[in-house]
Amino acid sequence: MPVQNNRADIRTRLQDLIPKIVLAPSVAAILIFVYGFIVFTGYLSLTDSKMLPSFDFVGFDNYARLFDLPAWNTALINLVIFAALYIAICTVIGLALAILLDQKIRGEGLLRPIYLYPMALSFIVTGTAWKWFLDPGLGLENTMHLWGWTDFQFGWIKDRHMAIYTLVIAAVWQTSGFVMAMFLAGLRGIDNEILKAAQIDGASNFALYRRIVIPLLRPAFLSAFVILFHMAIKSYDLVIALTGGGPGRATELPATFMYSYTFTRNSMGIGAASAVIMLMTVAAIMIPYLYSELGRKEK
Amino acid sequence: MRGLYTTTAIATAAMLMMSGAAMAEDVEVLHWWTSGGEAAALNVLKEDLAAQGIGWVDMPVAGGGGEGAMTVLRARVTSGDAPTAVQMLGFDIVDWAKEDALGNLDQIAAAEGWDAVVPAALQNFSKYDGHWVAAPVNIHSTNWVWANKAILDELGLAQPKTWEEFVAALQAAKDAGYTALAHGGQPWQDATMFDSIVIGAGGAEFYKRAFIDLDPAALNSPEMVEAFKRLETLRGFVDDNFSGRDWNLASAMVINKEAAFQIMGDWAKGEFLRAEKVPGTDFLCFRVPGSEGSVTFNADQFAMFKVADSAVEAQNAMASAIMSPDFQIAFNTVKGSVPARTDVPGDQFDACGQQGIADLAAAAEAGTLLGSMAHGHANPAAVKNAIYDVVTASFNGEYDAETAAEELANAVESAQ
Amino acid sequence: MSVASQDTAVKTGGIAKVFIYLILILFALFYLLPLYVMLTNSLKPLSEITGGNMMSLPRDWTIEAWLSAWSTAQVGVSPTGLQPYFVNSILMVVPAVAISTVLGALNGYILTKWRFRGDTLLFGLMLFACFIPFQIVLIPMARILGLLGIAGTTQGLVLVHVVYGIGFSTLYFRNYYASFPTELVRAAMIDGAGFFRIFWRIMLPVSGPIAVVTIIWQFTNIWNDFLFGASFAGLSAMPMTVALNNLVNSSTGVREYNVHFAGAIMAALPTLLVYIVAGRFFVRGLMAGSVKG
Repeated sequence: MPVQNNRADIRTRLQDLIPKIVLAPSVAAILIFVYGFIVFTGYLSLTDSKMLPSFDFVGFDNYARLFDLPAWNTALINLVIFAALYIAICTVIGLALAILLDQKIRGEGLLRPIYLYPMALSFIVTGTAWKWFLDPGLGLENTMHLWGWTDFQFGWIKDRHMAIYTLVIAAVWQTSGFVMAMFLAGLRGIDNEILKAAQIDGASNFALYRRIVIPLLRPAFLSAFVILFHMAIKSYDLVIALTGGGPGRATELPATFMYSYTFTRNSMGIGAASAVIMLMTVAAIMIPYLYSELGRKEK
Repeated sequence: MRGLYTTTAIATAAMLMMSGAAMAEDVEVLHWWTSGGEAAALNVLKEDLAAQGIGWVDMPVAGGGGEGAMTVLRARVTSGDAPTAVQMLGFDIVDWAKEDALGNLDQIAAAEGWDAVVPAALQNFSKYDGHWVAAPVNIHSTNWVWANKAILDELGLAQPKTWEEFVAALQAAKDAGYTALAHGGQPWQDATMFDSIVIGAGGAEFYKRAFIDLDPAALNSPEMVEAFKRLETLRGFVDDNFSGRDWNLASAMVINKEAAFQIMGDWAKGEFLRAEKVPGTDFLCFRVPGSEGSVTFNADQFAMFKVADSAVEAQNAMASAIMSPDFQIAFNTVKGSVPARTDVPGDQFDACGQQGIADLAAAAEAGTLLGSMAHGHANPAAVKNAIYDVVTASFNGEYDAETAAEELANAVESAQ
Repeated sequence: MSVASQDTAVKTGGIAKVFIYLILILFALFYLLPLYVMLTNSLKPLSEITGGNMMSLPRDWTIEAWLSAWSTAQVGVSPTGLQPYFVNSILMVVPAVAISTVLGALNGYILTKWRFRGDTLLFGLMLFACFIPFQIVLIPMARILGLLGIAGTTQGLVLVHVVYGIGFSTLYFRNYYASFPTELVRAAMIDGAGFFRIFWRIMLPVSGPIAVVTIIWQFTNIWNDFLFGASFAGLSAMPMTVALNNLVNSSTGVREYNVHFAGAIMAALPTLLVYIVAGRFFVRGLMAGSVKG
């Protein structure tokens, strides 16, 4: 029955094609709106674009000028400090809270949304509240003075060398609860039989977590890292709302730098060059990660 | 090449405008006047146009003294959908005119005689290549001191007339336990003080050479070193908490008798009036000592973008309404600024406003009406921000005065 | 994909428990602090804020600021309050979240159950797309929206949010479906079920938890977005965040902090609601999906 065979053949072929057809719009959108735009930005970084895109080629001038700017170097150093502390502290707090919350706590249903809610708010909303709280004359320091603790000092946001750490505090406030949720989910997914067996062997609680639980949380660590790294790189609202890049330009990050050169300083070429450097940094960290992650799953 | 890019964008805009015939009689206005008083004042303009049958499509984007709005504008022009009129400051107008994106108001300007009533220093921004491209709304002047009169009376201080008297008054206030100078450490606020200081240290002519002509010899000069020294002096009179403070909270310190003085533009007056303080009895306004006779200004204008022929009439009507003396009075009494035309009677303004009008006319006459560096009326955005960087770094103690002057010349050179 | 929601088997003693509660409550206070500042100040008259201690409870309680922020505050030229922009945000966020979630589910389904040469690379490309700094897309995106004729409209905003939401929604669904037994899909194929039938009958019914995670994530990001809303929306499409920014960031006018805070909380209410209502499912969804790798 050759006819039927043929028909079945067409059907299987169609079945093979449907997934690709369904996937195509997403892929096309990503190719145009992400990779197309990245190429466009790369091109702009080689032109003398000022207020609007221009197509006059100037080679690598913008990159040379970019690395001559002290503010750009400050921004890069700030990003390293900020990202390292932010990712580390969020992970530690998130993990600690998840472990504590996992100890058959009464009121978990109340505490969990309290830990999670900051993630729901943008810094356009909470920025002013944070700014006041950190301001020595209005916030914590002043309140402590009013309560009688007159030696209390907390003026980091006004201090050139310390202001970057206040960004870390606010950023940790926003995301650590979310990280907690990820770890909590990981903990709840662990088979209790393993823990019971270890307890019977006489392992202490500390050893239990260090030797068994934390290694089992590897996937949660990785997911948390991807999300935190993505937030660190894109931190923009946070800086604008809290310090505006100050005191001076002490808390400038690459994202704010790029925005200000592209849109307020009318130096689109330099802004594009800084964006390219940012993307290359992301690629340098993410590509090995993706490679190992996706490669691992293949097996 | 760049011209071509914009031209296509504008052509697309024109096509879009034509396809939407219902839009033809509306004006779309991009602005950042969203606070109560400002928006209420702008509403006068909206109603004026409504009476002529012209609709108003509002496009407010606040933030950073128009930075947000300028970003949006770029997206709008690129997408081929430029607004009819855009609130704009100084060099932004020139930059957009260079991109060949602005319309032409010559006809209405000639018919209403704008050339005769708008100060020449302001016309530098309202006109490009000899053609009117923008309608000015107001003139703010930035070299004002706002003082708490009760503190001055208590300490037996008269209104300081010279820099030395001013420093002595600040010292007296500091010794008496007040914050001498209320200030917010944001780059634009630091730069606002610096405007007046530079005039004080070197005079109007020097200011012009340094900030408008960008003469390297003036930027790195003994006068500029003196200006940075004066900035250092002022640094000694602010409280520990100044960094990042909003300007209106600094004003509140003067209002609440916590601080004696604030150097800030005339918009600060609104804060005092709102707190029901009376000029002359509760607070004093006077020019920054050393800068009397000069007025550093910034002016809000509505730049008119190229629109389809059918919309030109509405655009012209809007420009005409902006320049009408009634609107200029209604708007500026609320905003704290003074009218952009010098022939408007001042009797509806309060004491500070009247002094502002008189000072402006005198300065325009004497050629000492100077574009404010801090507010983008002395040099383009890239240069302005480069100057901000140095001024703010110096105010925060990163440079001594000599290094600061050197850095200033370098920064300006590399930003050009 | 066993849904094991029981607590850990690890036992802790009485004194340790007290410490645990203490730490947990301290952190809860830390997280609640900004909300406290916003809430108390939104209930004070303005004079009390500029005149005194901003951290203290109101002396005169008033809800005037809330009323003003909702219906009479000056956002643009007309004193409309945040009310109309709230609607704009809803009109934008609902389709954008729905479309990006559905696309993410389909993509995740294809990338795990209908594998083909190069699918891992494609997924890598999509994932890397999550990291693009949004500032660089403004100008070219504006151009494309203009060419499509949807500049300044809600449709345009929906398109933008869908495009930049695909990366994360695909990531979530892909990781979730990866742990779903492929044998079940194979068996259905042999029984003659087609692509959509399998998706509808087999995959969707088990997708609840991860759908919740994706929806929460997308809803939060899109609702809170400011940059795209400001750049690509005309007045009739202007979302809540842009209106809030206009309320809060006016440059040289008087700052009504109490109204700002009231508006800020108002703007945050929908996301807060989503977190509180769906929060329980959120951890469950994360548990079942994304963190299992």
